[in-house]
Amino acid sequence: MVQIPETKQKVKFYQTGTFTVGNRLLDSEDRSVQATIDRSNSLDSGHRACQGCGEALGARFAIDAVMRATNNQMIAANATGCLEVFTTPYPETAWSIPWVHSLFGNAAAVGSGIAAAMKAKGREDVRVIAQGGDGGTTDIGFGCLSGMFDRNDDVLYLCYNNQGYMNTGVQRSSATPGAARTSTTMPVGPEPGNPFTVGKNVPLIAMGHQIPYVATASVSDLHDLEHKVTKAMSFRGARYLEIFVPCPLGWGSKTCDTIKLARMAVETGMYPLFEAEHGEITGATKIRRRQPVDTYLKMQRRFAHVFKKGNEHQLETLQSMADRNIRKFGLMDAEGAEI
Amino acid sequence: MLRQMDGSDAVAEAVGLCRPEVIASYPITPQTHIVEALGSRVKQGKLGTCQFLNVESEFGAISTCIGSSAAGARTYTATSSQGMLFMMEGVYNASGLGLPIVMTVGNRAIGAPINIWNDWGDSMSARDAGWIQLFAETNQEAIDVHIQGFKLAEELSVPVMVCMDGFILTHAYARVDIPDQEQVDEFLPPFQPRQSLDPAAPISMGAMVGPEAFTEVRFLAHHKQIEALDLIPQQSAEFETIFGRDSGGLVKSHECEDQETVVVTMGSVIGTMKDVLAGMRDDGHSIGALTIRSYRPFPSAVLREKLKNAKRVIVFEKSFALGMGGILAMNLRMALQDLPVKVHSVIGGLGGRPITRDNLRRMFEKGMRDDLEEPHLHDINMDVVNRELDREKAERRSGSIAENILQDVGVVAAAKSI
Repeated sequence: MVQIPETKQKVKFYQTGTFTVGNRLLDSEDRSVQATIDRSNSLDSGHRACQGCGEALGARFAIDAVMRATNNQMIAANATGCLEVFTTPYPETAWSIPWVHSLFGNAAAVGSGIAAAMKAKGREDVRVIAQGGDGGTTDIGFGCLSGMFDRNDDVLYLCYNNQGYMNTGVQRSSATPGAARTSTTMPVGPEPGNPFTVGKNVPLIAMGHQIPYVATASVSDLHDLEHKVTKAMSFRGARYLEIFVPCPLGWGSKTCDTIKLARMAVETGMYPLFEAEHGEITGATKIRRRQPVDTYLKMQRRFAHVFKKGNEHQLETLQSMADRNIRKFGLMDAEGAEI
Repeated sequence: MLRQMDGSDAVAEAVGLCRPEVIASYPITPQTHIVEALGSRVKQGKLGTCQFLNVESEFGAISTCIGSSAAGARTYTATSSQGMLFMMEGVYNASGLGLPIVMTVGNRAIGAPINIWNDWGDSMSARDAGWIQLFAETNQEAIDVHIQGFKLAEELSVPVMVCMDGFILTHAYARVDIPDQEQVDEFLPPFQPRQSLDPAAPISMGAMVGPEAFTEVRFLAHHKQIEALDLIPQQSAEFETIFGRDSGGLVKSHECEDQETVVVTMGSVIGTMKDVLAGMRDDGHSIGALTIRSYRPFPSAVLREKLKNAKRVIVFEKSFALGMGGILAMNLRMALQDLPVKVHSVIGGLGGRPITRDNLRRMFEKGMRDDLEEPHLHDINMDVVNRELDREKAERRSGSIAENILQDVGVVAAAKSI
């Protein structure tokens, strides 16, 4: 007879009474798309993403939510990058949706073209997403993205922001934060890592185009991500959703810490979650338990030099950036505790 | 219907008759006014549900066209000069994806120095991009070749560039016969893509291909071009049956048969040449011309057949491979490589330099004496060139070549006028 080893852990029914993303015992309106048995599995298993990939998780949840919102009538344009590479080399594909990869810098324009074709054919029930990493969005794809916003083409652009070019060896993009180590901003010299330049805050730039909907989301809160995707699909016109997706490879973090890092970025104020309609901020996610930035930075080797003697000013600058975000987006209640 | 109109408006009429579904373009860089005319027609509702997108760049234009064509819509754009180079990554991508986009190139020079006038520098830079390149000789032919272009592109799933000389054709008024909608509908069936983005039948397009298959994929792209060598004359003949006009095709003879000397060229310059050559034949010279209408695919076999009895060929082109010579001449030499035909390479009309009957005749006469250096720069002023070379020898910081030459030309001209 097989002996079942004794365990000190009490059996817990995790799904009961929790808001876990896969919980199928919640009221149907609170259940996530992923909790449903008929989810579309747009990005299917078997792809080649690294262990702990935030982008694979974000893409799967976002696109399944688009599929739900459109009754599976959607087409995707994909920029060159990690997401394109790990999902497709011919003859394999992890996509169960109509999907096209054209170039690195043109996903938004390809999306515009698909949307125009659908309009010409009287198939406006077919909705379009364009997607890419931060490099394909904030750097090389920026012109096409801005053009798509300017024309208010009926495309939802999904940017998976992992703060650098991770597919090609971790180079700096205009979404890389100050002080971060990348292969083009090495931690050497008097100002190690990425300079504290202004960089580009594309969600704010998107708002400057006064498009119907702009939001930021994080893979730490998948309910919120699904909610924002669903909301984005309730608008016609250009929409921009940026999803914060930690990258263990590029950040030098543990693969088991992806969700934790995604949450810490939000809870420190480093990555504010907010929504905006027609250029006006309509809401921001309050920080529940504020964390100092060093707890977030210590989990990533790309910031290791920040804790070396003589680089204290870098840590201070990063903390002041988080503080500014908290003030700017109102991320703390008035009584929010100082750290 | 006979109309008096400029080349760009005529092309806009022709494209409209082809029932395009999406037109995306960047309005300048320089562009032609083809897209302005089409935008106006779309806005007036004359083109049904056709969508017109005024996009932020030429790269955005070709990218939008890639999206709409991949989604199964008949797609058109137009470009010129620098704009064509700015879209180049997408030009290669469109053919690689097998998307039958039709694009007009109002041929113009490439800078620096910036120059907005006619030569073939733009479309020649994409000669190996996997697009079919058809050159129009007249505005009537530009109309007809656009209609044939959509049919050819869609039959083969290969994009087609219709090249027409900037200004000389695009901005010139001429009498043209605009076809009836019924004729165009009879000739050009609705677009049936080989594959398209469709939620009812999801596919992944444009994924990575490694060394194990890239050679075969590229060969098949070449093979499509070779298939076009059969299809272009077939469709030209079919066009003639419906429209009653000989237009398009691979090459066109302008009394080149049994001549000792044959001038080979493309595009509108044949209009001036025909007059010169007729005059020279009247004076007893054995000289004719052959125009290449399909530059890609290059009709090597037809050219060999047409030119096998010639003693010499003078290739006249508005394109210049720096460090090598004439591009069309190189291609022609390859086609005629084992025939006993002497090929002279003449490069002219660069950046809109006027090509006159007088300077053509002088050059042809030198060519008939086999007295042309290789390559021969038509109508070049070597005094100006040599003075600039002397300045460069004399002084390290000799300044801008372009500025020096213009000052030289101005000073010399002023001195002469005194």
